Amino acid sequence: MSMVDSKVVISGVGIISCFGEGIDVLWDAMLEGRTGLKRIERFDPSGFTSQVAGELAEDAFKVRKIVPKSHRKATKVMCRDTELAVGASMLAVASAGLATAGTGDAPPTLQPNRVGCHIGAGLIAADVNELGAALVTSKKEDGTFDLAHWGSEGMQNLTPLWLLKYLPNMLACHITIVHDCQGPSNAITCCEAASALSIAESRRVIQRGDADACLSGGAEDRVNPLALYRQHCTGRLADSDGSGDMSSLVQPFSEHATGTVIGEGGGIMIVESAVSCEARGGSPWCTIDGIGCRQSFADSPLDADPQAIASAITRALEESDSTIDEIDVIVPLGSGIRQVDSAERDGLHTIFKDRLDSIPTITTIPYTGNCMAGNSGISIGIAAKVLREQKLPARLGAEQTPGIDAGTCDATDMNIRNILCITAGEGGQCVAIVLGRISS
Amino acid sequence: MTRVVVTGMGWITPLGNDLDTVWKRMCNSESAIATIDRFDASSFPTKFAGQVRDFDWTAYVNDSAIHHSPAMNSQFALGAAKQAWEQSGLDNFKQLNLERAGIYMGAGEGVLDFSAHSMIDTHSWDVEDDKVDPVAWAKFAQDSLDEWGEVEQEPNMPLWHVAKEYGLRGPAFNCLTACAASTQAIGEATSVLLHGDADVMLTGGAHTMLHALGITGFNRLTALSTYDGDPKKASKPFSKDRGGFVMGEGSGMLVLETLEHALARGATPIAEIVGFGSSADAYRITDLHPEGRGPAAAITNALSQANIDPKATVDGKPLVQYISAHGTSTQENDSIETKAIKLVFGENAPNVPVSSIKSMMGHLIAAAGSVELITCIMSIQTGMLVPTINLDTPDPELDLDYVPNVAREAQVDCCVSNSFGFGGQNNTLVVKRFNN
Repeated sequence: MSMVDSKVVISGVGIISCFGEGIDVLWDAMLEGRTGLKRIERFDPSGFTSQVAGELAEDAFKVRKIVPKSHRKATKVMCRDTELAVGASMLAVASAGLATAGTGDAPPTLQPNRVGCHIGAGLIAADVNELGAALVTSKKEDGTFDLAHWGSEGMQNLTPLWLLKYLPNMLACHITIVHDCQGPSNAITCCEAASALSIAESRRVIQRGDADACLSGGAEDRVNPLALYRQHCTGRLADSDGSGDMSSLVQPFSEHATGTVIGEGGGIMIVESAVSCEARGGSPWCTIDGIGCRQSFADSPLDADPQAIASAITRALEESDSTIDEIDVIVPLGSGIRQVDSAERDGLHTIFKDRLDSIPTITTIPYTGNCMAGNSGISIGIAAKVLREQKLPARLGAEQTPGIDAGTCDATDMNIRNILCITAGEGGQCVAIVLGRISS
Repeated sequence: MTRVVVTGMGWITPLGNDLDTVWKRMCNSESAIATIDRFDASSFPTKFAGQVRDFDWTAYVNDSAIHHSPAMNSQFALGAAKQAWEQSGLDNFKQLNLERAGIYMGAGEGVLDFSAHSMIDTHSWDVEDDKVDPVAWAKFAQDSLDEWGEVEQEPNMPLWHVAKEYGLRGPAFNCLTACAASTQAIGEATSVLLHGDADVMLTGGAHTMLHALGITGFNRLTALSTYDGDPKKASKPFSKDRGGFVMGEGSGMLVLETLEHALARGATPIAEIVGFGSSADAYRITDLHPEGRGPAAAITNALSQANIDPKATVDGKPLVQYISAHGTSTQENDSIETKAIKLVFGENAPNVPVSSIKSMMGHLIAAAGSVELITCIMSIQTGMLVPTINLDTPDPELDLDYVPNVAREAQVDCCVSNSFGFGGQNNTLVVKRFNN
């Protein structure tokens, strides 16, 4: 086994967020400083203390309308997470100017067996209405659940393919089928770090010569009762009934932050060897110059570890051959979870010292909510857009963020060479990625 | 050129909880399949499985208090990891740079509390609306569920527990490509080492779906065997009357290192990972490609990385001496896998022994591949090929050498291990006897 080193770029970006389909609707909102957070409408959230989410409007995204006709039947066995991932993949492929089996009759731009697919996915929550409808058929007269009846008859009320909706690899599998990606394929399940780790893996697969391009990123839907409950269990959610100003509900790096909120969405990139992109006349958004991955050694899987974050950054900078002075913007997780924000700030300070409070940050969660496995797909997609547009979007949250430039501000133009993206996910996985501007 | 070697391995399986016991039982053609007693499955279409027994995870950790009530999959991972770590000698290597020691798991989700969830869903059911009342659902959930138990559902929790136990701070990933996950994890862990991101990777898989909702899901898919005779006879890969897979559970873990790192600290390499291939069928969610396109690509890519020509011979013998099959005992898998092996190995195919340990311990889902790779390495070490048991009625369409029913001696220097996941993700590893 050997490694074939090659430069890797992001050549396409597809995002679905609470603002709708595409990176532009999110970008416009971020330029205007307009949050997408609001009280949950998909179900009555009154039973929870955190009743707010980054939730797509009911008619904002229908997967059946975006997939090729040949795959419409298969949408019946998609969970929401898969719908979001497949939708984002269609947008990414279009953004990169690629032809695939999913885009029409034109022959594929790249050989199918040279296209990989690495998709971050979460612990997909069962639809309680679908499962409940089957379970109630096994309810005894005294109200208790009859497992014996369930085994003999009740389970027959679940659709035969029920389980397939909930396997985390189904996001990647549907995408490979839609676009006929026959190269290496994986499903990374590492909470908020999942998309970033998927991008790391795609890059490694390309560098070892096993693919020319990969669909890479992740998606997750947390806007359902079971997923919301699971986040509630972590004690990380900000309490709110959705009244008042939602633009300051999530306050990354503020001493007064009360937590994060859930979201649904994701980002899929086309991660491609620079050689392949150039050969097909593609237009790269940015280069992926360095990646560092580390594991936290905190006492709880819910806590982030500044040392791990600092070490991941060090590795990413080394790989990118960049100095700290060449990093112009930082895209942290910035979740509004005080312990995690604090660890991110401390980890960053270890590397950037006093320069940290003069490097602007970009935080997406105050706009979209925390889309977990899809979150770093969104934030890295936005970082790629920032490098392309040479413009910093507005920031939401709190006015004061001691030690780090993360307080509220308006959008502004800026000369940006390199962006450092970091994420510290639940479970302890930390990723740092250095993205570089495409030189003219 | 960087080389990656195995320096430690361990497993927790339905056939036992240490390398030697499980190996002896497999060589004796024993089955671990028995009636499920973890929950009352007597009314279920499938009433049997390969269940881990006599296992106490607290015996495998230094301080159980740091582990916050691990779910069963994490418990299995901790058990297997300790064996691997100790065999590697890293427990006594104080100079290990923990930021250069990573972990790549192919672990499944935690065990869902079906009893509580079924109560919550049914009690909050609104008959008039014909759906769950979400406000009532939230109240029942908050009153009934163990909050930490829900956190432990995340598939990356076995990773957290194992990393915490050994202080691993290097690159950390968890993948969940269904039944192919731990083979993929080992392959990608190898790649992390080759990329220069770490010196040591602890890798493998852990999973249990041996609970009421897990059995329900696979029963509804009609993927599980519903054999109504002796459970030990239920898993019959490559047999004409094979009728689905049998659920298993457990974990297999390995320590991988760069050869340079292993030799520098005086470790003894057990075997060398020489090839990894990954592919996607990109065909259908429910079916394998009829020509075995994806599995054949994974095997071909892995052998290509290993610089092994599957159609070549030396002294009339193939260069691969054993294939650990995915061999699930479903009609479709065993047929397609056979087709893929023939496609890749050509005229050599009948001369390469193939067997499925799922015949003896069931299907460990995400953990299957790592346990099967360890089986390959044990074959290299002991010169024994473990059998495919219950192969009493050969399928005339499946005409390879499946090592039927009885273990056999063989000179084994190079093995292929296959894992193919639901949804079409395929992974193959090639492992060789270490030779410096």
